[in-house]
Amino acid sequence: MKVDRTELTWWERLYLPTLLNGFKVTLRHFFSWKRSEVYGDKQKNYSAKTTMQYPEEKWDVPTGYRGAPYLVKDVDDKTKCVSCQLCEFVCPPRAIRITPPGDSGVVDREGAEKMPKEFEIDMLRCIYCGYCQEVCPEEAIYLLKDNAITGESREELVYDMKKLLALGGADKRAYDHHVQDGVSDGIKKWETKTREAREQPKFH
Amino acid sequence: MQTEPAVETVTVKVDGRAVEVPRTTPNWQGNPEPTTVLQACKHAGIEIPHYCYHPKLPVAGNCRMCLVHVAMPGRPGPDGKPPMSEDGTPKVFPMQLPYEPGTPRGVIGCATGIIPGMEIYASSPETREMREAVLESLLINHPLDCSICDQAGECKLQEYSVEHGQPESRFAEVKVHKPKAVDLGPRITLDAERCVMCTRCIRFTADVAGDDALGIVNRGSYNAISTYPGQPFDNNYTLNTVDICPVGALTSDDFRFQMRVWFLKETKSLCTGCGTGCNTVIGSRENKMYRYEPRRNNAVNSDWMCDAGRLDYKWIGREDRLTKLRGPKGDITWPSALQEISGHLANAAEGSVAVVTSARQTNEELFLLKKLAKRYKALTDAVPRKGEADHLLVAGDRNPNTTGAQLTGITTKRVGSRLAAIAKGIASGKITTLIVFGEDVTQHGIDATLLGTLKLLIVSDILPNATTKKANYLLPGCAHAEKRGTFTNVKGRVQKFTKAFEAPGDAMPEWEVLHELVHAVTGLDGFNSIEGLFNQMAGEVKAFKAAGLTWASLGDKGADVKL
Ligand code: SF4
Ligand code: SF4
Ligand code: SF4
Ligand code: SF4
Ligand code: FES
Repeated sequence: MKVDRTELTWWERLYLPTLLNGFKVTLRHFFSWKRSEVYGDKQKNYSAKTTMQYPEEKWDVPTGYRGAPYLVKDVDDKTKCVSCQLCEFVCPPRAIRITPPGDSGVVDREGAEKMPKEFEIDMLRCIYCGYCQEVCPEEAIYLLKDNAITGESREELVYDMKKLLALGGADKRAYDHHVQDGVSDGIKKWETKTREAREQPKFH
Repeated sequence: MQTEPAVETVTVKVDGRAVEVPRTTPNWQGNPEPTTVLQACKHAGIEIPHYCYHPKLPVAGNCRMCLVHVAMPGRPGPDGKPPMSEDGTPKVFPMQLPYEPGTPRGVIGCATGIIPGMEIYASSPETREMREAVLESLLINHPLDCSICDQAGECKLQEYSVEHGQPESRFAEVKVHKPKAVDLGPRITLDAERCVMCTRCIRFTADVAGDDALGIVNRGSYNAISTYPGQPFDNNYTLNTVDICPVGALTSDDFRFQMRVWFLKETKSLCTGCGTGCNTVIGSRENKMYRYEPRRNNAVNSDWMCDAGRLDYKWIGREDRLTKLRGPKGDITWPSALQEISGHLANAAEGSVAVVTSARQTNEELFLLKKLAKRYKALTDAVPRKGEADHLLVAGDRNPNTTGAQLTGITTKRVGSRLAAIAKGIASGKITTLIVFGEDVTQHGIDATLLGTLKLLIVSDILPNATTKKANYLLPGCAHAEKRGTFTNVKGRVQKFTKAFEAPGDAMPEWEVLHELVHAVTGLDGFNSIEGLFNQMAGEVKAFKAAGLTWASLGDKGADVKL
């Protein structure tokens, strides 16, 4: 294919004006008071400056961003995951590994009967697809906003259940969503069931 | 060639297609009974959803899941001719409610016999509506526990709901809650909420296991499966109810919350608990075995297996499994171990070798051991294991392959009768080399001091014991789940099992090791594939030869040999 080369005008061939034009853009940004979309709220305090002190400072990613998957706890700070292992099954790169609890169930709340004995996500394997969040019947796993997952060894980047629960924290997000829908305790279905069972007439 | 007796057939229409089906079908006891609508549809390749029907249980007809709409041919008129439609074909009358003409009436497919000329509408809108209604009523009080329910993934309620149910519940009231995690017996946990009241468990334990232990208590939506107060559900066949329970109401304590079923790889295998050789399926994931389930074989175990056999698999994954190959000077590799052993054996004199093997080794292994023994005119024997036989499956012989040991000539009718002679031979110094496969001989008259006087003790085993401690060469072996082979059961049925997962560490299938040894010591050429080895054995062992066995002809269900 033949590429047509357009002749430069004499003004362009001068070179210096174009260079100065570049400086102008830089200076305009340097003195700009206009907020950039990307930096969002963080910019409030540094309005005159576009350089962000990463990684000490991090920008706020928009809602819906798919960051690292973490386990969330319910509003009472109890484990929501019931070890159904659907996320482990659906995860395309097999980043999730769950150890089921065995006969005893080991639960930290009433009615749910079981929760995982161990739950690991290999952050090096995770591709942030969000399938785990989508498949979870208990709304127990969410892709939160963390996006710079670094570490010094492979082992360190396999997050265990304790770490995942700590990072996920109590689940305000799903809870608020349910309250909006008018089912204040829909999110605590196992507790609700247990309460209903207790309230019904006894029979044997 | 012998011709099969002609099967009397009946022609019915399933979804507009004429199919010819046998007039009778064996019932749960194997006696002929009129073929039902459900079975006729099966012949036509259409599954009618069902809960309470089970081919190996008496028909109860209580769940109504199998409702189908059918049309019957008319009764013959006074002229003896059936009513005809205009185009000259016999007229059929779609069934309708007698008190509400025009409303289609269903019949239960599991208990309605077919009649010639009948039309079955297995997937008509009327039938679909009936199924939808049945499922809706079953789900009214169902807890929808799927995320914590062990049955999820193999649950008929899940499957039928997806296939035939409604997408959403119309039930707005509070559900009736029934007892959860009820300890029904030492091996079974009941979740009463999930039960669909099909009574399969009740019929199984009363009619098949012969222990009338279960029943339904309470009325209406409060009814629940229960045992007699204070009487645990405890016979040797209880876990079969977990298999046949179509939902997650009955769960096995052993398997409860261990692994989701969709992760389990299924491998056809055999139970090694006794001489019956129940056909099984191993459920495993990543080299770990999670459960046995019985596999249908009408010639052996029907659809069942005993609890003791089912739970007899834990040893396979035990922590102290023998995983290291060991020679006189410590760790060694297979090629050098085999070379050294063959070197020792090559110099052994006739009569100076004895073989004690377990009747838990496979036919192929016993066949190879016998070949090795022949070279030295060695005394061979197996160790008997006796228990009590029961009325259903359990055999008195607790070794899975005593018959194989007898047919290959390792032992005689009186298993273990030569053990004393072997012990005497060692004591007198005549026997200087002992080959032990899979038994702790110190428990059977050849004690540790006696073993100490041997020049060479070669032991293959799976778990450590007093004999393996004394071994000069310790060859870690494989469980049946880790290799391929065949067993011959007490009635002479030769059945094969396949490999489910890898053996730990250095462990190698014994037949592979023996194949190498036999080749090196006797110079006889053998086959290094299990198929070839089996076919060679079938050509040399008399009983197998008479039955014309080949590896391929065994199939999944095995073949009988005359004893
Ligand atoms: S986000 Fe995707 S890759 Fe990551 S753990 Fe979830 S399912 Fe697996
Ligand atoms: S899908 Fe949800 S409830 Fe199930 S194991 Fe994963 S996180 Fe736990
Ligand atoms: S019985 Fe079936 S439908 Fe009911 S909770 Fe268990 S898996 Fe789900
Ligand atoms: S426990 Fe299972 S097998 Fe027994 S009646 Fe209920 S659903 Fe049927
Ligand atoms: S299967 Fe026919 S009524 Fe249950």
